[in-house]
Amino acid sequence: MNAIELNNITKTYTTKNNIINAVDDISFSVDEGELFGLIGPDGSGKTSIFRILTTVLLADKGTATVMGLDVLKDFKAIRTIVGYMPGRFSLYQDLTVEENLNFFATIFNTTIQENYDLVADIYKQLEPFKNRRAGKLSGGMKQKLALSCALIHKPKVLFLDEPTTGVDPVSRKEFWEMLKRLKTQGISILVSTPYMDEANLCDRIALIQTGKILEIDTPQNIVNRFDKNLYAVKSKSMFNLLNDLRAYSKTESCFAFGQYHHLVLNEKYPDINELKSYLKNHTEIEIELVKPGIEDRFMQLMKK
Amino acid sequence: MKQFFSFIKKEFHHILRDKRSMLVLLGLPVVQLIIFGFAITTETRNCNIAILDNSKDEATQNLITRIESSSYFDIDKTLSSDNQIEKAFKTGRIKLAIIFQPNFQNELMHNNKAQLQIVTDASDPNQANTLTYYVSAIVMEYQKELNQNKNLPYTINSEIRMLYNPQLKGEYSSVPGVMGMILLLISAMMTSISIVREKEMGTMEVLLVSPLKPWIIIVSKVIPYFIISLINVITILLISGWVFGIPIVGSIFLLSLVTIFYIICALALGILISTVTSSQQAAMIISLIGLMLPVVMLSGYAFPIANMPVILQVISNLIPAKWYIIMVKNIMIKGLGFLDIWKEILIIFGMTTFFLLVSLKRFKIRL
Repeated sequence: MNAIELNNITKTYTTKNNIINAVDDISFSVDEGELFGLIGPDGSGKTSIFRILTTVLLADKGTATVMGLDVLKDFKAIRTIVGYMPGRFSLYQDLTVEENLNFFATIFNTTIQENYDLVADIYKQLEPFKNRRAGKLSGGMKQKLALSCALIHKPKVLFLDEPTTGVDPVSRKEFWEMLKRLKTQGISILVSTPYMDEANLCDRIALIQTGKILEIDTPQNIVNRFDKNLYAVKSKSMFNLLNDLRAYSKTESCFAFGQYHHLVLNEKYPDINELKSYLKNHTEIEIELVKPGIEDRFMQLMKK
Repeated sequence: MKQFFSFIKKEFHHILRDKRSMLVLLGLPVVQLIIFGFAITTETRNCNIAILDNSKDEATQNLITRIESSSYFDIDKTLSSDNQIEKAFKTGRIKLAIIFQPNFQNELMHNNKAQLQIVTDASDPNQANTLTYYVSAIVMEYQKELNQNKNLPYTINSEIRMLYNPQLKGEYSSVPGVMGMILLLISAMMTSISIVREKEMGTMEVLLVSPLKPWIIIVSKVIPYFIISLINVITILLISGWVFGIPIVGSIFLLSLVTIFYIICALALGILISTVTSSQQAAMIISLIGLMLPVVMLSGYAFPIANMPVILQVISNLIPAKWYIIMVKNIMIKGLGFLDIWKEILIIFGMTTFFLLVSLKRFKIRL
C-alpha cells in the first residue's frame, strides 16, 4: 500500500479578477517509510497539496488517499493517524513548551511519556526551555517544538510544510537528521521546501512549479538528467557579467547561483576560449566546469 | 473527557496570561455600573433656577422657601425685572425661572386667583418637563394647605404612589440594563474573538487535523467565559446591593437561573459570530456595533420601547437583552415568580436554540 496517493488532483482559487490553478492535475504516490520531498518556489501549490492531503481543503477534481483512506470519505480516520506541521508556526505562543506538547498529546488521546522515545532526540534539546513560552523561542526551537507536537501521537504519516523556512543553517541540518531518524521508525514523511540543497536529503522528490509537477525521481536521477556541460563563471563585476553572458549568442541559459553564475551553452563541445575572448572587458574571470545540482535541473525544466 | 479538560485548561491559560484582557473582563462591569449608576442619571437634582418676585409678600416668600428647600432646586439668581429673564437663560446657568405677578397675595386672597409664570429651558425637553412638573407639584401642595380648612364644592385629589421604586432611583433600571449589556458583550464578544483567534493564528488548522470533535472545541472555548460571566453577575449584584441599595425582591434562585440561560444565549451568539467571521477585528466590530448599539438603543434600557416607531419596536423583539432586562426587572424589583416570566424564558430558549443550530450548520470542519 502506498502511504500517500494522489490521482489527478486539481484545485483552483477564484479571485475577483482571475482564476488561479494552485494545483493543476497532479498525480504522485509516496511509498510507506519513504521521505518524499516537494520542491518548488513559493506559490507553486505545495501548501494546497498538504491541505488537501490533511483533509482540511477539498480538491476540485481528482482523488487522494492517505494510508489507503480516502481524503473525502474517511477524513476523520485520516485525522487520527497523521501528524501535520503547517508552514506557519501554529502552536500556542502564550503556552509554555511543555504545556504545548502536553496539550497536543492529550488531544490525540496519548501522553508525553507514552511516546517519549519517539520525540526524545528532539525534545531533549527543548527541555532546558520547557517553561519558556513558545512565542519566545528562536525560529529553530519553534520548529523543533512544532515537530515534537506533530509527532507526539506516533503518526503513520507525517506532513511537514516548509519546516525549515526561516531557520538557521545549523538547525536546518539538525532538523533533517531528525527526519532521517524518524524514517527508520517506519514513518512516511511528505516534506516541502523551497531550498534545493535540502532536496538531496530526500529519498525521492517532485519538482513542482505553478501547480504542475515537472519531474519526479530520486535526487540523483534528477541531477543525472542534466545532460549538458555546466560552467560556473565569476568576474569582478557580477551584474554586468550576467547581462553579458545572457547576451552571448551561444548561451542557452544563465542564472545567478551564489557567488557564481551558472552558464549552459547551446553547443555540445563549447569553445571556452571563445567565451573568454567575448568577456575580455571583464577582469578576474574564472570559468570552471562544475557538477550540476538539482537547482540547475529545475531551471532547465522551467525553461522548457 | 481528558481532551475536554485539557482544552479548558488551555483556555484558562490564554485568559489568565493576558492581564489586560483580564482587567477589561472583570473591571468593565464594575466601571460601567458605577458610571451608569452615578454619572449618567436621568434624575434631576440641585437644578439652578432664577426667581423674579414682583410681589414680595408673604405668599410669594412662602412659596419661594418651599421651592428652595426642596432638593430639586437651588436659587441661583433673584431677578428684578422682566428683561433680565432672557439674559439669565443665555448665561446657561439656569434651567428654569419663576415669575410671580405683582400683588400676588392680594389677588390670591381677594380674587381667588393669582398667577405665576414658569419659564424653562426646553432645549432638553425631558428635563424641562420634569422641572415644570416639580414646580407645579410644590405650588399645588401649597394651594392644598391654603384650602385645608375650607370646604370646596368639587375637588379631585390625585394621590400618587410610585410602586417598586418609591424613590424613583435611576439605578433600578440601570442595574438590569448594565447586566443585560455586559453579559451579552463579554460572552458574545470574547467567545467569538477567542474562536476566531485560533483561525487567525493558524492553530485551528492543527486542531482540525486531530481527532478532536468540533463540539469539544466549541464547548471548551465557551466554558471559561461562562464562569467569568457568572463572576461578573455576582459582582454586579453585590455592587447594586451595597452601593446603590437595590434589594433583590424576588427569588435569587430564579434570578440566577434566568441569568444562566441568558449567558448561554449570549455564548451561542458568540459562537455564531465566530462562524461567520475570519479575523479578530471583524469579530470585535460585529460584536461591538452589531450588539452593543442595538442593546443600548433597542433593549428598552436607555429609551422606552413603547415610544419607538413601530418598526423599531418590532426589531427590538429580536434582541435577547430586551427579554432578559424585562425578566431581571420583574424578578429583582417587582419580585415576580416563574409563572410571570415563563414567556420570556421561552423566547431566550428559542433564540439560543436558533443560534446553536445555525452555528452547528456553519461550523467548518475544513479550512
